[in-house]
Amino acid sequence: MNDTVKNIGLFAIVAALIALVGVQQGWNSALVIMNMGMISAIMAIGVNLQWGFAGLFNVGIMGFVALGGLAAVLVGLPPVKEAWSAGGLGILAGLALGAATIIGAVLVMKRMPRGMVRNLVVTVVLVAGFFIFRAVLDPAVLAVEAVNPALQGNLGGINPGGENYKDFGLIMILAWIFGGVLAAGAAWLIGKTALGLRSDYLAIATLGIAEIIIAVLKNEDWLSRGVKNVVGIPRPVPYEIDLQADPSFVARAASWGFDPVEGSTIYVKLLYFFMFLVVLLLLLWMAQMALKSPWGRMVRAIRDNEVAAEAMGKDVTRRHLQIFVLGSAICGLAGAMMTTVDSQLTPGTYQPLRFTFLIWVMVIVGGSGNNFGAVLGGFLIWYLWVQVEPWGIALMQFVTSGFPEGYWLKDHLMASAAHMRLFTMGLVLLLVLRFSPRGLIPEK
Amino acid sequence: MDPLNALIAVSNYVLIPGIAYGSQLALGALGVTLIYGILRFSNFAHGDTMAFGAMVTILVTWWMQGHGIHLGVLPTALLALPFGILGTMALLLATDRVVYRFYREQKAKPVIMVIVSLGVMFIMNGIVRFIIGVDDQQFADGERFIISARDFKAWTGLEEGLSIRTSQGITFIATIVSVALLFWFLNKTRTGKSMRAYSDNEDLALLSGINPERVVMITWLIVAALCTVAGVLYGLDKTFKPFTYFQLLLPIFAAAIVGGLGNPLGAIAGGFVIAFSEVAVTYAWKKVLGYLAPGGWEPEGLVQLISTDYKFAVSFAILLIVLLFKPTGLFKGKSV
Repeated sequence: MNDTVKNIGLFAIVAALIALVGVQQGWNSALVIMNMGMISAIMAIGVNLQWGFAGLFNVGIMGFVALGGLAAVLVGLPPVKEAWSAGGLGILAGLALGAATIIGAVLVMKRMPRGMVRNLVVTVVLVAGFFIFRAVLDPAVLAVEAVNPALQGNLGGINPGGENYKDFGLIMILAWIFGGVLAAGAAWLIGKTALGLRSDYLAIATLGIAEIIIAVLKNEDWLSRGVKNVVGIPRPVPYEIDLQADPSFVARAASWGFDPVEGSTIYVKLLYFFMFLVVLLLLLWMAQMALKSPWGRMVRAIRDNEVAAEAMGKDVTRRHLQIFVLGSAICGLAGAMMTTVDSQLTPGTYQPLRFTFLIWVMVIVGGSGNNFGAVLGGFLIWYLWVQVEPWGIALMQFVTSGFPEGYWLKDHLMASAAHMRLFTMGLVLLLVLRFSPRGLIPEK
Repeated sequence: MDPLNALIAVSNYVLIPGIAYGSQLALGALGVTLIYGILRFSNFAHGDTMAFGAMVTILVTWWMQGHGIHLGVLPTALLALPFGILGTMALLLATDRVVYRFYREQKAKPVIMVIVSLGVMFIMNGIVRFIIGVDDQQFADGERFIISARDFKAWTGLEEGLSIRTSQGITFIATIVSVALLFWFLNKTRTGKSMRAYSDNEDLALLSGINPERVVMITWLIVAALCTVAGVLYGLDKTFKPFTYFQLLLPIFAAAIVGGLGNPLGAIAGGFVIAFSEVAVTYAWKKVLGYLAPGGWEPEGLVQLISTDYKFAVSFAILLIVLLFKPTGLFKGKSV
């Protein structure tokens, strides 16, 4: 059995597992798993680019995914005119001053000779800049957040639709790209400061950055409404309600043997399915091309032996920065797609176990260094993540079936069954690392 | 101008909480740094090990409370602590046997060990959530305060009250005892010396007949004790919630790295640096400045540099600053 047959077999098994969900629990459930599986696979491609190709240990994926979600808000929502007139300029000016402070400090660092004087000047620039920044930003933020706080209190986005912004759903495709750009920008800033760090230190640094990004999304109400959440983000596909009211769609659904409700929900998910499929295939093709190109070989050479690659004249720092930005951009893109499917941004739900470490499990289990492996891992692990919960409950029902009703241990076990998924993910990761350390589809 | 009240306010809101938090971080960072020194990888499961130790202690505490066993003014958890330590020791030794030893024999790269510890982190997190759930758990009992603010005011006649909670006092004492024991062990005993030798130069240590498996085993035992003590103290001082322990990973690692990974003294210093910066930067200084400023110059705003929600940013910023200027930490750390 050669590799191609084995790989096709692995993909077929995962497809069959998801199809089984469709037969048993309905095609809506199967399509939900499939769509999130594709988003997970895209994130896994991004992480694989960083870890598998270049050996960069980034555990800040959650931050870039969340930035993608922010992009969906900033593009998808219409601007709040009162908020802009109340404090929009003040916020922009404040942010510009903040950026100027940092640029000023960096310039001083670069231009002045080493010594006490330089440290003193940098400190003065930073402290003074910080207070000016707060003095300009704070009143503007208060003014913006006072505008209709129950529904808005933020600056909104760039959707040109105004009141009817939900008719401009196709703008969300732009939001996906912007999600990638936003994440890339953040990654560039982070990479400039943190990429010089050794692998363990880089891991801790990125872990911290992700927490900071989430803290910003939770607390800066003028930007993303914070923990009040943004709901009603437009979507690039029609709404189920509209489809059900459309006689021609109802007739078409009936001819396929569906009632209008089921038909419309499946139709919407299928539209997402094809959109995501296009993005996934495009990225997969690009990642494959990059891997095979001279650039890909150079990056892997750097990963395997940094010193030797540097001696051959390869610019290690630049390549690392490049890969870090590219991989993070892919994660941001996936984050924007995810927020689009959910139609809402809820900063409180971003948890590192789900959005950073789970993606890592996908890459390691699938096979780091192999794009198809990452995609396979994305689908497989996402399938497990969703399915382990009902399995755990079924298992607990079986285990506790002998106990009388209302017995404390039975109640406790049933309530805790949902936490089985973390345990299972850890187990899968450890088993793969032990018995198939290069993953299901190893790097060639 | 009222410097005395200002001093009391600073002690009450910055110094005492900072010392307690710093002690907890220092104990956590000592564990991280020991694992890094001996086993040579960054253990991402550390926060969840702390949660596990605290959880076992809490369960034993509840059992004791149910049977009427208590320590009077002190929290019952202190009595349950040894059981928590034993439970964590068993867990860590089992983990090492089942998981880590295989990779040690393979001489796996440190980064592989880190990824393995991610898997262990998932499993421990799952176990803790499975057994005790995700919610806040209360297990503190006994006297709440050593000095309460009201007594202090009545006693001194000052406007500001100073309060020291029992948990803060215990944290401080327990940390001093643990650290003293640890340093005595590392510096005076034969086993401790062999551990330091192994950490400094593995090959030389092996040549001189040190048994690596024994060193590793003792390291895990010490780490289990440190983790449990740190976890229980944090739980007594604040509250026990599994997710918070996971989040402690960041300040603890920051503390260990700032001090210099692999250096126990550095871990303690790093813990206090991180804790004091976090508390000082997120504290609203309005009251203190109000006491210090001459009449009419009192500040109007809260004078809080950044909101408490950004406390992660503090650990992170210190981490970056130290690493950019002193890449091996304040005290000389090691690099793999």
